[in-house]
Amino acid sequence: MSTWKPLSGTQAVADAMRQINPDVVVAYPITPQTPIVEFFAQYVANGIVSTETIPVESEHSAMSATVGAAAAGARVMCATASQGLALMWEVVAAVPGLRLPIVMPVVNRALSAPINIHCDHSDTMGATTIGWIQIFSENGQEVYENMLLAIRLAEHPDILLPAMVMQDGFITGHSVENVEIFDDDKIKAFVGERNPDRCLLDTEHPYTIGPLALPDYYFEIKRQQEEAMRHVKKIYLETGKELSKITGKEYPYFESYKLDDADAAIIVLSSAAGTAKDTVDKMRAEGKKVGLLKPKLFRPFPYKEVRTVLKDIPVVGVLDRSMAFGAYAPVYAEIKNALFELDKRPKLQSYVFGLGGKDIFKSDIEKAFNELLSGKVNSEEERYIGLRG
Amino acid sequence: MGKKGWRELMRGADLPSASSLEYKTGSWRTSRPIWDPDKCTHCMFCVAYCPDMAISIVKSEEGVKGFNGRIYKGTVRLETDLDFCKGCGICAHECPTHAIEMVREEEATSSK
Repeated sequence: MSTWKPLSGTQAVADAMRQINPDVVVAYPITPQTPIVEFFAQYVANGIVSTETIPVESEHSAMSATVGAAAAGARVMCATASQGLALMWEVVAAVPGLRLPIVMPVVNRALSAPINIHCDHSDTMGATTIGWIQIFSENGQEVYENMLLAIRLAEHPDILLPAMVMQDGFITGHSVENVEIFDDDKIKAFVGERNPDRCLLDTEHPYTIGPLALPDYYFEIKRQQEEAMRHVKKIYLETGKELSKITGKEYPYFESYKLDDADAAIIVLSSAAGTAKDTVDKMRAEGKKVGLLKPKLFRPFPYKEVRTVLKDIPVVGVLDRSMAFGAYAPVYAEIKNALFELDKRPKLQSYVFGLGGKDIFKSDIEKAFNELLSGKVNSEEERYIGLRG
Repeated sequence: MGKKGWRELMRGADLPSASSLEYKTGSWRTSRPIWDPDKCTHCMFCVAYCPDMAISIVKSEEGVKGFNGRIYKGTVRLETDLDFCKGCGICAHECPTHAIEMVREEEATSSK
């Protein structure tokens, strides 16, 4: 039996963590991730979970303690956002190389400066090249289910990589929606227990973790990491099928919404995809054939599959909630990369919107769709939605 | 010996335990501690201060001859393990009886 609960996105994450019941959670509170830590700390204080939490003085220490506990053999989680991710960066970058399956919900928030607490994706877009699995979520329901997928992916023996599960700060993180929480026993059976093949607390079988590797070994270690990442896509689908048996939902790499016969498509991550779907419905009702692609699994990026669904669409607009100063915006760059292999490619347009939590409305997306449909696009130009001129 | 490729190496940079035993850091040394057992009181200062744990100790019931020709019983030090002594000279600096002298490595090896 599942239960419908009125939960914010951060509460939905805390509820997933309650069901997963990690051995250790070390997280330093930071807006807008704070409610995850608060709600989970209540579960710990009330004895609802058997997790050990470690109070630390900074995110750098939080991720360091998380690494130590994961190397010891525990199932471990952290949680952060924005400046917190920036502060723990040194250790975050080390985790994939250490091959520790840490799961970390990240509540997307703009990076300073200027200081800002609201949503954009500049925090985690900076972490796309270091070897974490990344899954973006549109709403509380998705972030809850993505947490369950993430723990299985991270700990899979053919993967053993850390995973970040994203949701939009405040927009998803603090908004209360009905979230279907599935039966505790079924979810506990789905996530199982972490059974590491080796861990530091197994003193009968000692080994060394985190040694120096100079030019004669470093490259080889990094190639192993890439191999692990290449296993993720297949296992993501397999694990998704298993989760489907409990939830009745599907877990594709990305959501395709009314794309099949579309004359124009928009690609956008996370909460703005909800607004975009409403826009698609409105414009479809008016006879305009538009559609949406919402990436979910962002690392590894499903280039081939994205190419397959976009190949026959005449014009595609990509909406990024972050910039890559001096380069194409992060999602746009991926889409452009994905389409390179085609002989005949869709026309492309890059849009940046919503930095620092600036709202995006249906009317903004409709305007973008109409611009795409008019064919007045330039794949070399970055355009801005909601920016004062 | 050929080094392992990425497929054969242990996952990540993990290694079998105690691999540092095979890494002879003594090769970094430019000067060598020469210990004179006749001046040694086996006070254990050198043992405690050695940053590389390169001075081993044993229990000796019969004792060993040391400073002033006395027999020192109980815990006594042995020769410095030159496989791991980096020649920092801390032992010589700390020794209260000046029983350790630092000698340039090339002089120490040519005199042998």
